[in-house]
Amino acid sequence: MQVSSIHFKRSVTEKLNDEKLQNALSRLQTRFVEGRAAVIGEIADFEETRTAAAAIRDRVLKNLDQWLLHFEQQAIARGALVHWAESGADVNRIVTEIATLHNVRRVAKSKSMVTEECGLNEALEHAGVEVVETDLGEYILQLAHEAPSHIVAPVVHKNKEDIADLFAEKHQLPRKTGIPELCREAREILRPAFLAADMGISGANFLIAETGSALIVTNEGNGRLVTTLPRVHVAITGIEKVVPTLEDVTTLLRLLPRSATGQSITNYVSMLTGTKDAADHDGPEHFHIILVDNGRSSLLGGDMQSMLRCIRCGACMNHCPVYQNIGGHAYGWVYPGPMGSILTPTFVGLENAPDLPNASTLCGACGVVCPVKIPLPDLLRQLREKQMSLGLKSWQEKLALKLWGWMARRPAVYAMVIKITVRILHFAGGKERMLHHLPGASGWTAGRDMPAPQGKTFRELYRQRKLS
Amino acid sequence: MRVGLFVTCLVDAMRPRIGFASLRLLEAAGCQVVVPENQTCCGQPGYNSGDRETAKTLALKLLDEFETCDYVVAPSGSCAGMIRVHYPDLFRDDPTVLNRISLLAQRTYELADFLVNVVKFDAAPGHFAGTLTYHDSCSGLRELGIRDQPRALLATMPGVTVKEMAEATTCCGFGGAFAVKFGELSTRMADNKCRHIEAAGVDAIVAGDLGCLLNIEGRLRRRGNHTTQVLHIAEVLAGNEGDD
Ligand code: SF4
Repeated sequence: MQVSSIHFKRSVTEKLNDEKLQNALSRLQTRFVEGRAAVIGEIADFEETRTAAAAIRDRVLKNLDQWLLHFEQQAIARGALVHWAESGADVNRIVTEIATLHNVRRVAKSKSMVTEECGLNEALEHAGVEVVETDLGEYILQLAHEAPSHIVAPVVHKNKEDIADLFAEKHQLPRKTGIPELCREAREILRPAFLAADMGISGANFLIAETGSALIVTNEGNGRLVTTLPRVHVAITGIEKVVPTLEDVTTLLRLLPRSATGQSITNYVSMLTGTKDAADHDGPEHFHIILVDNGRSSLLGGDMQSMLRCIRCGACMNHCPVYQNIGGHAYGWVYPGPMGSILTPTFVGLENAPDLPNASTLCGACGVVCPVKIPLPDLLRQLREKQMSLGLKSWQEKLALKLWGWMARRPAVYAMVIKITVRILHFAGGKERMLHHLPGASGWTAGRDMPAPQGKTFRELYRQRKLS
Repeated sequence: MRVGLFVTCLVDAMRPRIGFASLRLLEAAGCQVVVPENQTCCGQPGYNSGDRETAKTLALKLLDEFETCDYVVAPSGSCAGMIRVHYPDLFRDDPTVLNRISLLAQRTYELADFLVNVVKFDAAPGHFAGTLTYHDSCSGLRELGIRDQPRALLATMPGVTVKEMAEATTCCGFGGAFAVKFGELSTRMADNKCRHIEAAGVDAIVAGDLGCLLNIEGRLRRRGNHTTQVLHIAEVLAGNEGDD
């Protein structure tokens, strides 16, 4: 996918003024924030479960190569084929080769963010293979030629009316308005796509080393059809998704749906192990698993390693006051919100996404909800440190910081400068005691006043009192 | 008990009366309060902007100034959080300083937290009468667990009625340099906060951090709201006694 994170600021302006988007985003609070709050109490030891989940993920990351090899061995033993893809281009090549090998003309696909990284759909279409997204949200986006704006609810930026218009236009059917009618229409269009597909492509929420299985959680049931109906199933996921045992997965599953959608459990939890054998009624004849690096291994052993714990629940963006106000597209790549502000610069280069680490108040809301306890605010701050050390900060900011630091170390100079500054600002504030303009800080005063300082500094007044 | 008052750079420059209110409260609670005169800034602006070196220098300066105190108290969850949570991180690779800095960090408190949990103070002398709503500032809430403490103190004041607003724990959009760098976004976040404050129908919005208060007041006034008072928790608890 094209990276447009460099235009973050311009996008923010656009998104803040997009009334439809703002209406759509207002649903985040009730649907996700309150939804999560309502169910986390079901687990008596929620905080301890988070700690346990973080430990499970860390254990894997410590010996990721070993766990992946273990997984590969078990998957092969059960009839799957395992491919290793270093880059997005490798993924596209491998999938195209599999398609050619099995004479595939039509693909039904369930949700996968990794394939968004690679631009897989375009690559397959280029190779003459027809691809249909079957997750309702992803299907809508495919029709609209748009990218997902959320990792769990990809279409959260759209409202019902937009979708009704889109369906009427693309399906050439009378316009429906109710959500059930719209869903039914999509289902009727998609059913033949499932039946006609030669190949199903899915992601995987977890890879279980112990059994060589890929596990997916879904709510629509399309994941189950995609992975069992076509002759060939290809599961594509990041190398960090491996988990040692089934028991580990149960711990993570207690947290994932609750953190993601406020559900105790998703409608479907599918464990896909091996190929169809003689006794099975359904299942794929060929099962390929593609393990994707695409930059992930570069995080191992570095200060961003904890980011690889991520189980893609989306809670950090749901709770992020920045995401809540601008949605996902402004972030300019596959992953939005706090996790995206860390992954994007890490994967595509800090110089291509310079605003993202800074576009946060470090309010900490993401860090406290993350089910695997990724210290997201700390990672954002570390990226800022990296920008500083690589000289990627503006000279104005560097100068301001230098000056402030220099002064703050010299109490006499500091006291004098602050004293004069607050005097001036105090008078500038007038009777109203408000500043409507501040040179150099129009970012503040364009939409807000600045209450004027009281006039004297604390240290002046304190000294006066001590003397009197 | 010798308590060092860390006034914070924002209070020193913008609202000294918050510093004096804090002083009065600590004294009313029976503390011997010292105010090291050379104090400036805790280093947070540098730290959060990626300038770790400056933050370290200022942390060492603060350590020297406050090390002899039994406690360090600041009328700010943000600055107290910087010292308590982030100072040890700054020196994680420097064992000689780490030990001293960690001891200081453990003795550092946000004002309301200190009053409730250390000195068990419950005789706020302020005389505010009316309804107010409390905004939970981010660092105080999420780094230091400050939520019940200010509300408990306010509950001891007979004239005060606390009305909770919607999304009280959502960031107001201040975030230091963020407020200027991403002004539009920051303004929108402040505006959301103002809407919730107005919907709560209160006489005053109260918080424990001056940064948030300047942001909220600035937006309220620009929206044309000139009636809702914007107060620091210390001002409400101590009352104003001619500090202006
Ligand atoms: S960073 Fe944490 S909260 Fe965000 S998507 Fe990943 S697991 Fe979920």
